[in-house]
Amino acid sequence: MSHRLSSGGRLIDRSKPLAFKFNRRKARGFAGDTLASALLGSGRTLLGRSFKYHRPRGLVASGAEEPNVLVNLGRGNRHEPDQRATTTELFEGAWATSQNHWPSLGFDIGAVNDFASKLMPAGFYYKTFMHSLEAWHSLFEPIIRRAAGLGKAPTKPDPDRYEQAYAYCDVLVAGGGVAGLAAALKAAKEGKRVILAEQTAHWGGRAPVDGGLIDGQTPEIWIQNTLQALEGMENVRLMTRTMVAGLHDHGYAILYERVADHTPGDGRPRHRLWRTRAGITQVATGAIERPLAFAGNDVPGVMLASAVRDYIVNWAVAPGKRLVIVTNNDDAYRTALCALGAGLEVAAVIDARPAPTGPLVEALRERGVKVLEGRAIAKVKGSKAVKAVEIASHAGEGGAVEVIDCDCVAMSGGWSPVVHLYSHAGGKVKWDAAAVMFRPDAAKPPTGDKGQPIAAAVGAANGHLTLDAICAEAGMVGQVEAEAPLMPVWVMPAKASEALKFKAFLDYQNDVKVSDVQLAAREGYASVEHTKRYTTLGMATDQGKLSNINGLAILSEALGQEIPATGTTTFRPPYTPISFGAITGEARGEIFQPLRKTPMHDWHQAKGAHWEPVGLWRRPYTYPRKGEKHRESVNREIVNTRTNVGLLDASTLGKIVVKGPDAGRFLDMMYTNLMSTLPVGKCRYGLMCSDNGFLIDDGVVVRLSEDTWLCHTTSGGADRIHGHLEDWLQCEWWDWKVYTANLTEQYAQVAVVGPKARKLLEKLGGMDVSREALPFMTYREGTLGGFPARVFRISFSGELSYEIAVPANMGLAFWEALHKAGEEFGVMPYGTEALHVMRAEKGFIMIGDETDGTVIPQDLGLGWAISKKKADYLGKRAQERKHMTDPDRWTLVGLETLDGSVLPDGVYAIDEGVNENGQRKVQGRVTSTYYSPMLKKGIAMGLVKHGPARMGEVLEFPADGGKVIQARIVDPVFYDKAGEKADV
Amino acid sequence: MSEAVSALKGESHAGFATVTEAGLSGMVTLRADLSATATRIALAGQGLKLPGPREIVAGEKGRFTAWMSPDELLVICSYDEAPAVAAGIAHSLHTEHVLVTNVSDARARFTIAGAKADQVLMKLCPVDFAALKPGEMRRTRAAQVAAAIWRSGPEELSLVCFRSVAAYVMGLLEVSARPGGELS
Repeated sequence: MSHRLSSGGRLIDRSKPLAFKFNRRKARGFAGDTLASALLGSGRTLLGRSFKYHRPRGLVASGAEEPNVLVNLGRGNRHEPDQRATTTELFEGAWATSQNHWPSLGFDIGAVNDFASKLMPAGFYYKTFMHSLEAWHSLFEPIIRRAAGLGKAPTKPDPDRYEQAYAYCDVLVAGGGVAGLAAALKAAKEGKRVILAEQTAHWGGRAPVDGGLIDGQTPEIWIQNTLQALEGMENVRLMTRTMVAGLHDHGYAILYERVADHTPGDGRPRHRLWRTRAGITQVATGAIERPLAFAGNDVPGVMLASAVRDYIVNWAVAPGKRLVIVTNNDDAYRTALCALGAGLEVAAVIDARPAPTGPLVEALRERGVKVLEGRAIAKVKGSKAVKAVEIASHAGEGGAVEVIDCDCVAMSGGWSPVVHLYSHAGGKVKWDAAAVMFRPDAAKPPTGDKGQPIAAAVGAANGHLTLDAICAEAGMVGQVEAEAPLMPVWVMPAKASEALKFKAFLDYQNDVKVSDVQLAAREGYASVEHTKRYTTLGMATDQGKLSNINGLAILSEALGQEIPATGTTTFRPPYTPISFGAITGEARGEIFQPLRKTPMHDWHQAKGAHWEPVGLWRRPYTYPRKGEKHRESVNREIVNTRTNVGLLDASTLGKIVVKGPDAGRFLDMMYTNLMSTLPVGKCRYGLMCSDNGFLIDDGVVVRLSEDTWLCHTTSGGADRIHGHLEDWLQCEWWDWKVYTANLTEQYAQVAVVGPKARKLLEKLGGMDVSREALPFMTYREGTLGGFPARVFRISFSGELSYEIAVPANMGLAFWEALHKAGEEFGVMPYGTEALHVMRAEKGFIMIGDETDGTVIPQDLGLGWAISKKKADYLGKRAQERKHMTDPDRWTLVGLETLDGSVLPDGVYAIDEGVNENGQRKVQGRVTSTYYSPMLKKGIAMGLVKHGPARMGEVLEFPADGGKVIQARIVDPVFYDKAGEKADV
Repeated sequence: MSEAVSALKGESHAGFATVTEAGLSGMVTLRADLSATATRIALAGQGLKLPGPREIVAGEKGRFTAWMSPDELLVICSYDEAPAVAAGIAHSLHTEHVLVTNVSDARARFTIAGAKADQVLMKLCPVDFAALKPGEMRRTRAAQVAAAIWRSGPEELSLVCFRSVAAYVMGLLEVSARPGGELS
């Protein structure tokens, strides 16, 4: 039974007890505990259920590699699933519940899966897909859904704050153990800018637990001295609770800082993601101990040997009272000595090696502990807790020769360097057969832009597993007990029977056993990457930290090849899961994405505008009054604009100034029509096409002066078109003398539209806005009501219309002045929907409605806007290709339903017959469709095969519910066909 | 002209650094051949100096000139004098191929002040602030929008962005300067 020891615990503060709840029951721990050590210290060893078979599980490890004990942490809006107990620092009031069980942790109906586990072998998921769809729906999917799933997904918005920060350094050291501290100090002394990141809250790594001497000092003293030296240096940033999650190209590293996980609700950001550029990353990430694969190695109480001594030394927690150590190496003997030192009973050390010797082994023998040589654990007895182990010859098949009672098994299968960071950006690892591990290949590091290494491994991560080797690499002197070589053990006992292998777990989280990997090999899986996916080995949230090497070793044996021939799977970031909050950073709520606001934005908001997103802008769709439906307010706005006067905030329209001796020539290339001939002070509607001929933007171009033009673009297109202009100027016609500037935001622009527009402006006064002084399609600069104004006589509604640009900082004042002056004329603001309807009533096209990237101006009856005189313009040659000149291309027409209803948007007109796919043929589609309050009926535009030649023909449009709507082909100009209203 | 108001009317928040919308600010974009003597003379006519690449240099009357690209400068002055400064430069260069335009209304300007001002922008801009020297103009981004930043005083940074995203940028600055979020 696990328990808290009466003394010791280098990381806990017994003067600060903490209360918390696990599965709604009270528990206690101390400041400095992890959730894992507190649970273990309070006697709990059954802490979760496995993912697939719902087997009882307890702690295996003490750190980031823990596969089993993931908990739901927190309540209400702070609930978060899949939190690793070993890396969760305990805090007062912590609330945790175990996962993956029903109805309770102790009694789980799902564990019946365990009995059915013979039916769920390797590749189970794939094999089920081969059954009928019916079997999948009725049988397999419900079973899998019930069996699968880790923690509960949160249902409420996260109340915490997250952020990111950018950092730069010459040397990033990942890991604050002895090797990392030494590497940081060395670089810092050379004057380099250093960031040292340690994923836990403590410095020194394993050394304080494992002991030895560094330059004659105990690890504690040496760590303290080194830290002191580093803290005093300006060029060093020391970061605890910070994991280097990933290393990417060009030395870009992602650091995950858990700022306030241990102090929830204290107002600090919870997590911070450091986006770091490092000249070189020193990978000092240590090593992870490997489990041994024997039957029942997943029973709660079976733990890594290093974890057992971590719990004893760091947190004064004994994982059991009577321990058995099982090992293939000397290092695990440290656990036995540590347990004895803590007053625990060590029943035996089971060593797979035939004749272990060395100082650690002898030290234990001297203490009178039984060392069973050449032995193995055949199986663990017990289901929810270890009761005993059956001992067998390691060389045999598992026939038990002895049973030893115990409540904890400390296992060690050797160590694997944490090569993840080294591998993320392309560094290679090589197999060291003598040391039985993959270690970084210093000759093949990940490289930067000049081929220089961007990472180097040091310490245990570099394969130096003992303190003396770690120190020697760092230019120090380390003293520690010598260790004899380990013996590779991948399955225990070596010739374990099928029945034993069926309970020998490799991947705890995904319940993958030795038998599964061997079955995969028998079924023809030779690639480690394929086997991984087929068996799900290493695919859980722990990403195979404990299972990877054991799994590929067993696969290699099954395939009869050496381990390096099999190779490893790919290591991918992040090292352990990081929070979505940290990835999101500040981008949530009001600042989830930039919201572009015109100077009049707040006015619209205050007037209750319903918004329409246009690019990153919000434009008023309509201004509904109290009790008004949107449709009603849109109709009111249209009728008022066409009978009195309406105001539109047109500030979002793109405004690009193009100036220079070659500007006219340039615009003649960019637009389909002639802009160089436009007289000063005049406006001309223009079309822009891509080099493939397709229509990409439109707008009114104004000639401001002899060498200066102002190009209006669509609201969503301003930045894109500015980039398009600069692209052609900088890449193709770099020697043309043209400058452009995007002045979209310099001006607030208001469309003053309607028969009373002129009266309104005349009331404001300041310049002559008469038909004579300012005819249709001209431009003048002056003042209006005291505001410096550029006034354009252009119309997108078919009404008398002025678009007036004033400096943006005066936009709101100008807008309000217009409203005040317009009161007597019945002025009202109108939104984008009214704008859309009015332009459709006039048959004006809209980029994005009538165009979709496949439409050319000729399709839209805009041939008049394409210059026949010009030798070239962007899109000209494309528009001459066969497909573009095909008389069968669908062409713009108006559509009028026979019953006056509004056609659904985007519907197709059917044709006779079916195509090669058996689908009904079509001959056209609706591109814009609205209710016209002026005409009091539905109007639409559409693209129809041979459209303009078929005036009066009736087309059929199938709509929802089997309904067919009939519409007649008509002229697209529905309102004021003669165009008399605009030109007054 | 008294009716001109800046995007956020001087909104300010005091966190571990103070973030403030700096109000109306005059800005003039000049696109020209920066190596031409005429350009230098035109600037001098307005009490302005020619900055080197990535520099911002002080001129007379509190005016500054910042290098924006190999053929673009930004003149910073008071809001009211910007039209005259633009006209003056344009007049001086009227025989040259240049583009001079007042962009005062297209922008919003912020100051971030305090001993830890750098830490606010470290969260938003991919810039090595330890290497950002006084007199350097840095075109970068603040989270998702374009921005330009420079050291405008002891323990003060200035940031310029487009006017339409002023509220977004203020949101970024406010949350990044909140107490408890200090980076050291």
